[in-house]
Amino acid sequence: MTKHMLLAATALTLTLGAAQAETLRWARSGDALTLDPHAQNEGPTLALMHQMMEPLVLRNPAGELEAALATDWSVSPDNPDVWTFTLREGVKFHDGADFTAEDVVFSINRALTENSDMKGIISSVASVEATGDHEVQITTKGPNPLLPAALPNILMIDKDWAEANDTVDVQDVEGGEETFASQNVNGTGPYQLVSREADVKTEMTVFDGYWGADGFAMGYSDIVYTPIQNPSTRMAALFSGEVDFIQDVPVQDLQRIESDPNLKIVSSPQNRVIFFGLNVGDTLVNGEGENPLADPAVREAMNMAINRDAIQQVVMRGQSIPAGVIMPPFVNGWNEELNTVPEGGVEAAKAKLEEAGWGDGFTVQLDCPNDRYINDEAICQAAVGMMAQIGVTVNLNAQPKAQHFPLVNGLESDFYMLGWGVPSYDSEYIFNFLYHTKEDLYGTWNGTRYSNPELDEMIKAIAAEVDLDKRDAMIAEMWEMAKSDTVYLPIHHQVLNWAMKSGVGAAVDADDQVKVKYFTAE
Amino acid sequence: MSDHQAEIETRRTPGRLARAWDSDLAYSFRHAPVAMVSAAVVLILVLSALLAPWIAPYDPFDPGSLNLMNGFTPPGQPNAFTQETFVLGTDDQGRDVFSTILFGMRISLFVGFSAVLLAMVIGVVLGLLAGYLGGWVESVIMRVADIQLTFPAILVAMLIFGIAKGITPPAYRDQMAIWVLILAIGLSDWVQFARVVRGATLVEKSRDYVQAARLVGRRPFSIMIRHILPNVLNPVLVIATISLALAIIAEATLSFLGVGAPPTKPSLGTLIRIGQGFMFSGEWWILLFPALTLLALALSINLLGDWLRDALNPRLR
Repeated sequence: MTKHMLLAATALTLTLGAAQAETLRWARSGDALTLDPHAQNEGPTLALMHQMMEPLVLRNPAGELEAALATDWSVSPDNPDVWTFTLREGVKFHDGADFTAEDVVFSINRALTENSDMKGIISSVASVEATGDHEVQITTKGPNPLLPAALPNILMIDKDWAEANDTVDVQDVEGGEETFASQNVNGTGPYQLVSREADVKTEMTVFDGYWGADGFAMGYSDIVYTPIQNPSTRMAALFSGEVDFIQDVPVQDLQRIESDPNLKIVSSPQNRVIFFGLNVGDTLVNGEGENPLADPAVREAMNMAINRDAIQQVVMRGQSIPAGVIMPPFVNGWNEELNTVPEGGVEAAKAKLEEAGWGDGFTVQLDCPNDRYINDEAICQAAVGMMAQIGVTVNLNAQPKAQHFPLVNGLESDFYMLGWGVPSYDSEYIFNFLYHTKEDLYGTWNGTRYSNPELDEMIKAIAAEVDLDKRDAMIAEMWEMAKSDTVYLPIHHQVLNWAMKSGVGAAVDADDQVKVKYFTAE
Repeated sequence: MSDHQAEIETRRTPGRLARAWDSDLAYSFRHAPVAMVSAAVVLILVLSALLAPWIAPYDPFDPGSLNLMNGFTPPGQPNAFTQETFVLGTDDQGRDVFSTILFGMRISLFVGFSAVLLAMVIGVVLGLLAGYLGGWVESVIMRVADIQLTFPAILVAMLIFGIAKGITPPAYRDQMAIWVLILAIGLSDWVQFARVVRGATLVEKSRDYVQAARLVGRRPFSIMIRHILPNVLNPVLVIATISLALAIIAEATLSFLGVGAPPTKPSLGTLIRIGQGFMFSGEWWILLFPALTLLALALSINLLGDWLRDALNPRLR
């Protein structure tokens, strides 16, 4: 009796306190790789940074472009290469400094430097200029009607802060560098950093001077972000009430969450495709002799050997859509026909391999993350079995993404798993990062050594094509070329599930990008 | 005369087996039901692990033979897609849990035995040296042992495993994983042997037979091996048995933490790690059966070790 009353009293206090201070305890499988906004173009990294830093133009949970630090933007009527962005006035950084045009010029130029992982997104930018305290002009290398759609992940930081703390240069992640900016944040975002211990915990609290304090739901005053790699530990944390909100929900536990009255799930098809990349260069990184993967027929055989239905039904329990192309269904350029998965199965794949002269099989190492995508390691294990069925011996090297991604970026893998989301919702983003020859601004996530000059030329051409019908026709042609070379083996499109306490009003986002400012708390 | 005498002769010098049967140890064994049951369990498990390639219905280590569609089949029930039935069900990759336990146990036992052997050799040699030679040799060895004892053994094993993994080229990591495990567990476990052997050596060293051997002019090395070693072996045997159980658990722990046997060649610990992910979703068999096997194995070896300790200790008789 007394116990019940005590519980009721506690509950009452909690409800009363809700309006003032509410903490969102948020967990997902892996941590942000850095806090340097331009060092890693990676989902969870950006998701964490978006709470604290902002772009000029934001993509809201509905998938629409929304004014953030820029209130207005337009292309010059005289010159299609010149864009003018009007900046929001009265915006403060967390340290109290004013947000002005020079910070935008600094941030965009920073995002275009050598070490930046964002340069591929804005490769069309030729120069940025401050034309007033709160106005910038961006000049593109040719007409780029899609420039605003490229900006939602280009986050703004304070120029003076970066200079004062000697962190003007972007962190070199592959080189293992740590900088001031990789561990500290001074953005304009709704939350400011309180403390961070990489891979353990990141705490944020609401920023009092936030320009949008009244314009958004802002249901939470504090955020505690905890990466929990083990799926069942993550679930246990939710079931026991230790956390309020989790991403990367293990597919096997969906049913149990749904049957729990205190918990709920929000889901949406996700803007993310999962695939394998293959080293198509002359030599293998791990192994000697001729590289069998350099032969398109071998790659095609491997593509046939992947039993996507089995992965969907058993490993993903239906929470995926088999993929035939490495483009999520939201993206401009998508059509069902492109997504046709290769037919043939094991026997045809074997015959194909035999025909290519690799009937005796070969050995290759598969590098796989184990804390990034839904059931990533289980999918890789399944692939080991499927490849073995056609005589290809696969050594599995599954490790955390912090060790895995540098292998992909550094051309140190022959066969790797990668997932790709397209925040710009346009095929160009995929071609820029994954198909273009790896060079300065382009192909930064192309770990395959694939280089097709004809395709490269078209990639540059679509960036400047203003006639959208013509552009779409070019994109269709490019997909045909890309698909026929089978550089990547598509697996599936992920279905996104977020699990949370029933009181959390989460605005689900196809990009899997949590933006807590849109969340309500009950 | 000859027949009669022969009969007496055989009575006087019974055969080896009979002598073993009549020994104190065997007598104590015959009167300890717990030890007998434990021995039977260990025998069955070890035999089935040894004979796994012939007993197991499937080869879980051959990835090409797996059918993913068989995944998550409950024990004894036909799979919804393939209609195949598995005694103890299948795991997330469609591996037969029964076969995987048998094969996994081979890894667990192999790692356990080899690691204990390694720890025993290192520990006994260092313990003998420390106890017999004394002086700075003893100081150095025993201080190193003391320092290592301040760290939990599993932490030392993880450290060694991490370093070894770092220096092995990725292409050989899978093949090396087992040897690295043995090395890691073996090196983290020698201290107990060394301490016990040193203590026993100190006692034996002052005994008359050792003094006599010295007077005769035997060299220290030969005294250690031929005179002292046989007399300190009893406690070593007891520790070895209990260490075996601990080494098997250490292997399972490392594999459970994901730093041991590779997922494509699961040991009992790896299986438990895989199964643990499906605890909330109702696929209990992936976790339960390997865990029970590990429990039975470790518990019976431990009980055997306990009995051995009591039986070999004259003061407890």
